[in-house]
Amino acid sequence: MRAAAALLARDLRIATRAGGSAVLALAFFAAVVTLLPFGIGSDPKLLARVAGGVIWVAAVLANLLGLDRLFQADYEDGNLDLLALSPLGFEGIAAAKIVAHWLITGLPLTVIAPLLALLLNLPPSAYPALLLSLLIGTPAVSALGSAAAALTLSIRRGGLLLPLLLLPLLAPVVIFGAGAVLAQVDRVENGAIWFLAAISAVTILLSPFVTAAALRLNLSD
Amino acid sequence: MRGGRPVFRDVNFRVGRGEALVVEGPNGSGKTSLLRLVAGLLAPAAGAISFSGIADREERGNSVGWLGHHDGAKPQLSPREMLLFFAQLCGGARESIPSLLQLVGLSRAADLPCQYLSAGQKRRLALARLKLCGRPLWLLDEPLAALDAQGKSLLLDLLREHLAAGSIALIATHELLGLQTQRLQLT
Repeated sequence: MRAAAALLARDLRIATRAGGSAVLALAFFAAVVTLLPFGIGSDPKLLARVAGGVIWVAAVLANLLGLDRLFQADYEDGNLDLLALSPLGFEGIAAAKIVAHWLITGLPLTVIAPLLALLLNLPPSAYPALLLSLLIGTPAVSALGSAAAALTLSIRRGGLLLPLLLLPLLAPVVIFGAGAVLAQVDRVENGAIWFLAAISAVTILLSPFVTAAALRLNLSD
Repeated sequence: MRGGRPVFRDVNFRVGRGEALVVEGPNGSGKTSLLRLVAGLLAPAAGAISFSGIADREERGNSVGWLGHHDGAKPQLSPREMLLFFAQLCGGARESIPSLLQLVGLSRAADLPCQYLSAGQKRRLALARLKLCGRPLWLLDEPLAALDAQGKSLLLDLLREHLAAGSIALIATHELLGLQTQRLQLT
C-alpha cells in the first residue's frame, strides 16, 4: 500500500512539473468543445441536445492525449524494471497508474465540464447527470486506457495504434454517458446511468489484471 | 531466447554468501540477458534459477538491487525526490538520504531536476539507490559506465561493504574491478 501510494504521489508530482500532460489534456478538451458550435451552428436547442455527447466525446479524446506515455516513460528510462522488482507487483503498478491517470486527467475534466456545458446551453436540470456520468465513467476510460497503453508499450509508434485499439472499446461508455445526460435534457428515464455504473465497475475491477498481464508480456520480451 | 534464437545454453553457476560473480563475454553474448533472467525480469526458456530457496520469478525480484543500462532518473524530479520515492517504494530509511547524497557526491545537485545531471551523476544517484534499498542480491550491468575514477572507487567501496555483509553481487563488465571474484565466461 505504501509503495503504491509512493508511485501515485510520484506520478502526480511529475504531472504538475513542466512537461506534464495534465494541463494539455484540459486545454484540448476545452478547445474541442468550444470549436464545435462553429461547426454545427449556434441553434441553442440543437446545442443543448448534443451537449452531453460532445462533452463525452471530447473528454474521451482528451484522455487519449497523454495515454501512450503512461508506461512508456518508465519503460524507456529503466524505472519500469525497478518498479517490477519492487514489492508493488504488476497489479499494484497498474492500479497506481490508473488512479494517477484519473486524478491527472479524468477528475480535472469532470470539474471543468459544467463550464463548457454552459457554452453549449445545457439545461440546468441536466448538470447533475453530466457531472455524475463523468464521475462514474472517466475512471473506466483511464482503466481501459491503461490496459491499451500497456499492450502497445513496446511497439514502435504504439501511440498511433492505441486510439484504434481503445476507441471501439470505449463506445459503450460514451453511449451510456451521453445517454444519461440526454435523458435529463428530454426529461425521460432511460437507466443509462446504471448501465454506465455497471460497465465502469467491471472495467475498473478487471483492468489492473489485464494491464499487469500486458506489462509482463512486454517486459519479458 | 532473443528474437526466437537461443542466446546461450548450458550456463551453470552457484554463488555463496559474500561472494561476487563477474560475467564476462563479448558484446551480444548475453550478459544483460543473464542478469535479467536472474532478476526475474525475463523467463528462462529452460532451466531454473533460485536465490536463497526462492524459485518464483516475481518473488525473487524483491531481493534484487538492480543497476541496469538506464539509471531510472526522472528528468522532472530531483535526486532527493527520487531517493525519497525509492525509500518509500522498497522500504529504505529516509533518514539516511542526506548522508547517502553526500557519500555519492550529489549534495550540491540534490535539489536540481535530474534532467540537468550528467550521465555520471545519474549513475551515482543509482548507486545511492542501491545502497538505500539494501537488497541482498545486487545485479550490476556495466556498473562502471559513465563513472569517473572517484566514482569507480566509490562503487568498489560499496561493493566491498555489500559483500562483507554477506550479500551477493553479479556483475557484467568488460573492465577489471580488482576484486576477488568468481568468473563466468559467456561466448
